[in-house]
Amino acid sequence: MKKIMTGNEAIAQGAWEAGLHVAAAYPGTPSTEILENLSTYKDVYSEWSTNEKVALEVAAGASMAGGRALAAMKHVGLNVAADPLFTLAYTGVNGGLVVVTADDPGLFSSQNEQDNRYYASHAKLAMLEPSDSQECLDFVKEAFDISEKFDTPVLFRVTTRICHSKTLVETSARKEVPVKPYAKDVSKYVMAPASAKKRKYVMEDRIAAMKKFSENTPLNRIEDGPKKIGIITSGISYNHAKEVFGDEVSYLKLGFTWPLPEKLIRKFAGMVETLYVIEENEPYIEDFVKIMGIQCTGREKLPWVDELTPEIIRRAFFPGSEEQGGYAIDAEVPPRPPVLCAGCTHRGFFYEVGKYKDIVVTGDIGCYTLGIVPPLSVTDSVICMGASVSGGVGFSKAVEKAGRKEKVFAVIGDSTFFHSGITGLIDAVVNKAPIVINILDNRITAMTGHQENPGTGRTLMGEATHQVDLKSLCMACGVKEENIRLIDPYDLTLTKEAVRAGYESSEPFVIITTSPCALIKDVIKARTNMKCVIDQDKCIKCKMCMKAGCPALNFRDGIVFIDRASCNGCGICLQICPKNAISREV
Amino acid sequence: MKKNDTKSILLVGVGGQGTILASKILSEGLVRKGYDVKMSEIHGMSQRGGSVTTHVRFGTKVASPVVPEGEADVLVAFEKVEAVRWLKYLRKGGRLVVNNFEIYSLPVLTGTAKYPDEVVEKLEKEVPDLKIFNAGEIAESLGNIKAQNVVLLGALVKAMGLEDIDWESVLKELIPPKLLDLNLKAFKAGLEQ
Ligand SMILES: Cc1ncc(C[n+]2csc(CCOP(=O)(O)OP(=O)(O)O)c2C)c(N)n1
Ligand code: SF4
Ligand code: SF4
Ligand code: SF4
Repeated sequence: MKKIMTGNEAIAQGAWEAGLHVAAAYPGTPSTEILENLSTYKDVYSEWSTNEKVALEVAAGASMAGGRALAAMKHVGLNVAADPLFTLAYTGVNGGLVVVTADDPGLFSSQNEQDNRYYASHAKLAMLEPSDSQECLDFVKEAFDISEKFDTPVLFRVTTRICHSKTLVETSARKEVPVKPYAKDVSKYVMAPASAKKRKYVMEDRIAAMKKFSENTPLNRIEDGPKKIGIITSGISYNHAKEVFGDEVSYLKLGFTWPLPEKLIRKFAGMVETLYVIEENEPYIEDFVKIMGIQCTGREKLPWVDELTPEIIRRAFFPGSEEQGGYAIDAEVPPRPPVLCAGCTHRGFFYEVGKYKDIVVTGDIGCYTLGIVPPLSVTDSVICMGASVSGGVGFSKAVEKAGRKEKVFAVIGDSTFFHSGITGLIDAVVNKAPIVINILDNRITAMTGHQENPGTGRTLMGEATHQVDLKSLCMACGVKEENIRLIDPYDLTLTKEAVRAGYESSEPFVIITTSPCALIKDVIKARTNMKCVIDQDKCIKCKMCMKAGCPALNFRDGIVFIDRASCNGCGICLQICPKNAISREV
Repeated sequence: MKKNDTKSILLVGVGGQGTILASKILSEGLVRKGYDVKMSEIHGMSQRGGSVTTHVRFGTKVASPVVPEGEADVLVAFEKVEAVRWLKYLRKGGRLVVNNFEIYSLPVLTGTAKYPDEVVEKLEKEVPDLKIFNAGEIAESLGNIKAQNVVLLGALVKAMGLEDIDWESVLKELIPPKLLDLNLKAFKAGLEQ
């Protein structure tokens, strides 16, 4: 029987069926579940790597040794891994190498909306784009064969709606593929200038062969229908287009999208009266078609921003067509942004830092990005993982030049610090930047759904392992011991003292918080019966306690009260209340 | 534009309310019935408190996994204001199932935004096919408020006329044994709404 699977589950299943040996990734929505699923297949070695560059290099090393290997990451992760990616296009592979990039049109949980299809054309990599879970499974198997056939890494491009949609899938057994032998070949694997130049010619031959393949592979297919309108499309856009146009048009459905099939496109364009290109975000296919000198319509009707949906396509191509329905009532809907959980360990730190008006917080990416949400409203910048520390160094240098007084606090999570904060820390120490680096260590990679990281002492496959100690790491990088504070961020007195010490320091200073995320299963269990309660006789309704932005604190019908179900007794509000009206339940 | 037999359901709620499990059970039941099923969920971050939506579509052959605006046959709102937020997705004549239950978002809690008044009255005026009840209360009376998602699922199954699927066996497969009895009761209570 067919199973219903997400795209991510299907990619994992397909890679396993293809005989995958080694998989590596750094978590990132919407790609995370690919490795989480792969780790349940015992014939595959799976790891959380320190960052995406590491993940790709681990996979590439495995491929060079002769194994089939996969690296997965979110779209911005490929920026981190871009350095090896471009040169791996020169070396090629030994065992098949598939790089999954999970793009996020609509920015459901990302800092930008980049379209990674351009990585394929830029780095000159074969690229596949599946449209549903069955194609995720089938195409990933195809991708390994293509990788080995053409001696190239393959970019496997999916998007949030592919990764997180469930559709029906037919699975099959694993094909055992032996790890190929490795033979030393410096002309292939050592990319010094002379050999790299030679490899570039090899690459050109490969591209010519792949162009031929693109014309003939069933991955690219014409779906014959009425010829008045023809639509070229790929990925999830194919399904949306089908939703709107049904069987009343012809389609050129592209699954192998670099190199694109010129002849096939020309043939299709010649068959139909009017040609549309329907794709999400950038006009990747459309520009190619136009450069070929073929008239088509796409971007002039479709938006540049946000994910594509059936109704956007409908309104673009059938303007004035009757809207099918929809209701509305006259009521203003309040926003419901994500917020730091009730009892989150990050809250106390932001509450204390927020008291200083001359602290500039260079932020980073993780749950603690939500420190920006009012009423905390702490954080001045969020760019990319690691930028808090290095951006903070630069900010402090310009402040020094200007003779101004802002104090820089760089705020970064444990997983993000291991990912790309360490290099910034070394930069701060060596270049004597008087900034405070705050590592909010909640013992987990929380934002992406609780993955292990180098500080947690467990691997993806569940083995106990070495736990990297943050304090000794900082000291090894040259931060003086007297400039390091380890604090429990639930203790506002300690937190306040540490923030003050950092604020006053003229040397690189590190604050490490040490309480685990409140949503870790064991933490939830340990705290189930820890609750705080407000004594209404003592409460003067000053709402000071609400300044820490805990969603368990309510103000309704003139009283301030704690929602017992969501409170975990962290005690932040209790320490803030000037009237001692809040106490722990006994 | 094409017409086909695809049915669309949109489940909306607040992170932590169990919309995802409800849609998982729903999709599994539909798959067993032999439908083509597509389901799409947006669950960005692990913190609680954000809006959560799940699209479920089924029929002979489903194209997009995303419910087009104005085409949901049933909209199930696990929280009252979420019903209003997603109302434009409900097709004219479609059924609205609302959990008469309020969860204040942080902007409401801190007073920068207001939770709207008279939502029920306004919905009653505007949407002819409306089923509104307190699933949380029902679940609580059965033993645990967390089963409200399955109460709502029962109401949804009834709204779609899908009672002939063997939901009991689906629930048995997807709910841990400890919670099965509660959820079977919750499902039945939902069917009776
Ligand atoms: C290059 C890159 N890779 C991955 C992500 C996805 N991502 C966002 S936050 C985060 C991890 C956050 O973990 P941590 O720093 O420990 O903070 P926490 O969420 O636990 O507070 C990840 C993996 C990203 N935004 N950019
Ligand atoms: S103790 Fe106060 S701040 Fe902590 S979770 Fe409970 S209500 Fe929120
Ligand atoms: S998941 Fe953990 S770290 Fe993230 S907001 Fe919730 S409690 Fe805080
Ligand atoms: S800070 Fe204390 S006194 Fe003020 S509203 Fe909160 S509980 Fe009441």
